[in-house]
Amino acid sequence: MKLKVNGKTRTFSGSPFKRLIEALREDFGLTGTKEGCGEGECGACTVLVDGEAVNSCLIPICQVEGRSIQTVESLGEPGKLSALQEAFMARGGAQCGICTPGMLMTAYAWIKGGGSSDRAAIRECLAGNLCRCTGYQHIVDSVAQAMKGSKKEKRK
Amino acid sequence: MRGAPETMTVLRPKSAKEAVSLYAQDTGAMPLAGGTDFMVLWNIGLFNNRKILDLSGVRDWRKISATRTSVVIGALATHAEIRRHPLILKEFPLLAEACATIGAAQIQNRGTLGGNIANASPAGDTFPPLLVYEAVVHLVSARGKRELPISEVFAGVKRTTLLKGELIESVELPSLGKRPTRQIFRKVGMRLAQAISKTAAAGLLTLGKGGVVEDFRFSFGSIAQTAVRLTEAESLVVGKKLAPSVIDEACRLMERNVSPIDDIRSTREYRLEVSRNILRRFLEGNRT
Repeated sequence: MKLKVNGKTRTFSGSPFKRLIEALREDFGLTGTKEGCGEGECGACTVLVDGEAVNSCLIPICQVEGRSIQTVESLGEPGKLSALQEAFMARGGAQCGICTPGMLMTAYAWIKGGGSSDRAAIRECLAGNLCRCTGYQHIVDSVAQAMKGSKKEKRK
Repeated sequence: MRGAPETMTVLRPKSAKEAVSLYAQDTGAMPLAGGTDFMVLWNIGLFNNRKILDLSGVRDWRKISATRTSVVIGALATHAEIRRHPLILKEFPLLAEACATIGAAQIQNRGTLGGNIANASPAGDTFPPLLVYEAVVHLVSARGKRELPISEVFAGVKRTTLLKGELIESVELPSLGKRPTRQIFRKVGMRLAQAISKTAAAGLLTLGKGGVVEDFRFSFGSIAQTAVRLTEAESLVVGKKLAPSVIDEACRLMERNVSPIDDIRSTREYRLEVSRNILRRFLEGNRT
């Protein structure tokens, strides 16, 4: 079967019931996506399927045949980070890092989908992503800053 | 023991017709929609060596559309699609509210209304609104189609009255004749998101001339083996004015329809008291 991963068409020939997170990490070498709880509670494994945030630990790969997957690797790379990643660094939005790829992808889907930059709305958007160290304040601040930045860019 | 993908067989129908015919040949296969509940259990190894009927390719069952007298929600419409759909927001806001409280964005983007119903958890948050809206569940099998009122779908904890080979095609919500005077959806859990309900309530109330109750429907989830309508309290209240004695009696009658349990999330006493307070405040006209 074929699917798009970070813009490239990839072929997958393993078991159709392999979970998306395992296919990404083991078959496509994209280890940025982390598995936390494995039961859809913590959001660490969040990736986008056709632009929507989903838990990759709960999806057998057969269900995403022909769909477009985006992982944290698509956001940027060292030296060329996205505004969202820069904001997480500037505002202390990451500490141990396990929740970070999921936080970034959920926030990225929210921003791309035209979500509100209101603090309460950002908190609701991130409600499915748990962090056990930095606390949520810095993460919300990071997303808010990235959204403020992207608005400024649009105005220019 | 973990989920072992190589032990699984997957059937992947591309149309409703194909899904029904594959399921007829293999009634032991497990229908899979969004997988938000099933995959949790599969991950810990509870469903290895099974055959899966993956419904994600059946596009016809994702639509939400209007008829002259109802709104029809395809079984595979997701909670995210339902909570933001203009027809649902306008006519059936309690269902939109319920879908918005299920999990968080990631779950809402995958979980489906049909999957929620077929799963039949006592804590299914869409059920109280579906019960007060008197939803009709449309079923299909190789033998033909069948309609079942939502009140007849649940047979117990995680059990439904669906017959062998039957799949949920859609859920129809009949339009309400009159806009209710009051309506409520209220979920009580440990936190706002990602929480399994301790109790969940949906209610509609329509007042007529002189404050006489014309229509009253109230339903609870999570405090009985299945979600239930408060049939006794409802029939007491309809046709009467909402005097304090009527409200007291309705709150007392509530316990004839519900039977909360002690479990990891709450005690029986807590659930009863919170539920009774939600009902009382609704009848008294106080926003909770």
